[in-house]
Parts: sequence; structure tokens; C-alpha cells
Amino acid sequence: MHRAPGTLHAALIIARKDLAIELRTRSAFLSVLVFTLLALVTFFFAWDQTAVSAVDLAPGVLWVTFTFAGLLGLHRSFGVESPDRAIDALLVAPIEREAIYLGKALANVAFVSAVLAIAIPALALFYNLPFGRTILMLGPVAVLAAIGLVAVGTLFSAMAVNTRLSELLLPMLSLPFFVPVVMASAQASTRLLAGRPLEEAMPWLRLLAAFDIIFVVACTMAYPFTIEE
Amino acid sequence: MSVSAPVVLASALARTFGTRTAVADVHLSLGAGDCLALFGPNGAGKTTLLRLVAGLLKPSAGSVQVHGVDMRRDARSRGRVGFISHHSMLYPALTVQENVAFAARLQGVADPEGAALRALAAMQVDDRAAAPVRTLSRGLQQRVSVARATVHGPDVVLLDEPYTGLDAAGAEALTEMLRAMQAAGATLVLVTHHVDEGLAVATRAAVMREGRLERVEDRPAAGFDVARYTSEYRALVRHA
Repeated sequence: MHRAPGTLHAALIIARKDLAIELRTRSAFLSVLVFTLLALVTFFFAWDQTAVSAVDLAPGVLWVTFTFAGLLGLHRSFGVESPDRAIDALLVAPIEREAIYLGKALANVAFVSAVLAIAIPALALFYNLPFGRTILMLGPVAVLAAIGLVAVGTLFSAMAVNTRLSELLLPMLSLPFFVPVVMASAQASTRLLAGRPLEEAMPWLRLLAAFDIIFVVACTMAYPFTIEE
Repeated sequence: MSVSAPVVLASALARTFGTRTAVADVHLSLGAGDCLALFGPNGAGKTTLLRLVAGLLKPSAGSVQVHGVDMRRDARSRGRVGFISHHSMLYPALTVQENVAFAARLQGVADPEGAALRALAAMQVDDRAAAPVRTLSRGLQQRVSVARATVHGPDVVLLDEPYTGLDAAGAEALTEMLRAMQAAGATLVLVTHHVDEGLAVATRAAVMREGRLERVEDRPAAGFDVARYTSEYRALVRHA
């Protein structure tokens, strides 16, 4: 018998495989990216510049767009395992079930981070925000938001994938849990973009960090129960 | 039949889905080098039994152990098992070699790329190593699927309709591989509708009907009489 990889090593192997599939097909990334850019443009044309400033509007636009774009991407997370029951091969492998969840989550964080890496500069461009400052301020918030959104969304993707209405079920299950992420991200971003002291944004950043820790741990522990047959 | 400690041991194994009983009161003991060929009509519970043994399903009653451990509780023990289903369990976007090497990595094989090529060569599909799986025919995908499941040299192999889609050369390669594994002491459980191919490697044959094992028969010294077994099996299934 070979020495099977530990949980983190196995998670990295699975994440690498998922990213290789995405790089090969680019189907999910392109559709999520196009959706994100179209949403930013649509919000731009709906914006009354005399009524609300860019600094007040842009964070809300970004995080609402990010939430729905993330759902599009998360749907495919366990979807790639479905067509030929590849999930069975993962389940009979000598790895802990938690490694499957963590691998999927790692790949999803990389996926949504890549989308945000394009969406945030695009936001700065459309809303005429200071480019360097926007990226510098929103970057850390984006990382925290991505982890929280992915932690919850990956678990619900696993639960929804084998249901008949998976495309409907995933947002219905996930969106209530995304509310704290969107709220904290928008509040922290607004303060940081307005040039307020970091201390004003800290409670929201702490909330995001706490959400991430709680849901990464809870969802990792919950995942094995979602695949019980 | 082996007299050593059982490698696969099922006791009063049962599984229900709602009110439907898929597997009922199955007792099974297989030793090293044993091969159980499992026949039966569609819906008899063969696949469910195999998934129970593989640890993919939780028993409703009874227990199943491989090498004395419950594979659902002990992740490491799953490294001794290879599982082949009528689903390919492959990723269409990845190449043949990437698929098999991925399985090898999860099994902790030291040289995953090399092991993948060797497993593909055993199934005579190494010439397609660089091709994406989606470009392969059903039969070639099945060969790759066998390579994926055996890349780590398991000593228990569970096969659900492995001959599906295979041409004569593929079927022959698979039979040769199963014989070689059996000779090396591997324990096989083979679910198939092809009585002749099943009996070719079986040390024991059984028919499953309505979730129960019936007609469990050890291989006679002279080997199974395929013609007799086939006609008796057909008569049994016809009267199911």
C-alpha cells in the first residue's frame, strides 16, 4: 500500500486538477467575467452622478456583482464531478472527505480571486476612482470576502449538485449566508475608499475574518455529511 | 478458495432506499486470490452491493469489512481497493495521462506519471496518453477507467460491468489483467451480465435476485461448465 497524501496535500492535488480543467475549458471563467463586466457597465449607465458619489456607489455595485458572479462560478465546482460520476473516484480514494471540500474551496478561491483581479481595476476605470488606491484598499477586503463566499458556496454546491433544481437551489441556500459577507465588504470598502481612518473599517474587517474562520471550519466539518448516501 | 483470513467480509448486509430493499441479508467471505463473479438481472442489487463493499453507501443493517476494517471509517484502507464502474469516473477535459496520474497522486504513488503510463500500457491505450478523454470512444474510455482504478496496484478490485463497451482486444486485455492480479493474490468482485467472461476468471459464482445472493457456487476442479451454467442462469432469471 502506498503512503496516501495528507488532507492538505490531497486538497492541493484536487485544487490543481480543478484549475487545470478550468484552464483547459475556460467556460466558467469567461462567462463569469463577461457577466461581471456587463453588470458593472449596466450599473454605470443606471448611475445618476448628481445624486450619489462614485465612492458611495462603487462598493455596493462591486459586491452585489461579485456575489452573483460567484454563484455562477460555484455552480460548476461540483458540476465537473457529475457527468461521469468522477466524485465516486474521489470518495474511494484513501483521503479524508474533508480534503475534497478543501480542494474544491481552494480552487474556487483562486477562481473568484482571478475574477476580482479584473473586476476591481474595471470598477476603478468605470467609476473614475484612483486606480492604485482602489486596488490597494479593496484587495485585502476582496481576499476576505472571497474566502467567506467560497466557504459557504462550495458546501451548498456539493449539496445542490445532485438535485433536479440545482441552479435554483444553490442561490436559494447561499444568498442568506452571503448577506454578512456583502454587508461587511461594502461597509469596509466604502470607508477605505473615502479615505477614512483604518480603525473605522476594522470592525467590518474583523467581522469578515470571523465569518471566514467560522464558516471554513464549520463547512469543512459538515461536508462529509452532505455526501452520505 | 482461500482458507486464510477473509479479505472481504460482509455480514447480514442490507440496504434499503425508502421502502425498496436493494440488498437484503447478504453474507460474503472472500480470501486473497478469490474472484466472485456476480450475475443477475437489472435491478437485482448487484451495483448496490458493490457500492456497499466499496464504502460508497452506508449499510442500512449489517456490516462490510475489507482487510478487517470498515472502509467508510478508515480512509487509508481505501488505498487497497480499486473500483471500476460502468461510469468512466474520468474528467473529459483532461488528457488520458492526466486523469490516471491524478488518481495515482491521490493514492500516493511515488512516480504518478510513470505509473500512469504503465497502467495505460497494460490496457493497451498508452498510445492515446496525450489525447483528451472527451475525444475517445466509449470503449477506449473504459480501458482508461480500468487503468485509473488499478494504477496503484490494489489488492481488492471491485468491478461493475467492466466489459461494457470494450472490443475483443480490450476485453482480452482486461481478462489478462484480472488473471494477473488474481495470481498476485488480489481479491476480485466482478459484476457482469457476460456469463462466459465472468466465469473465465471466477473462483466463485453467484446469482443475485431481489437483493439476495442465490446459487453461490465454488469453481469445480475442472472449471465451470459455461454452457450448463449459462442455461441454468437464464432459466433462473426467466423465472424471477
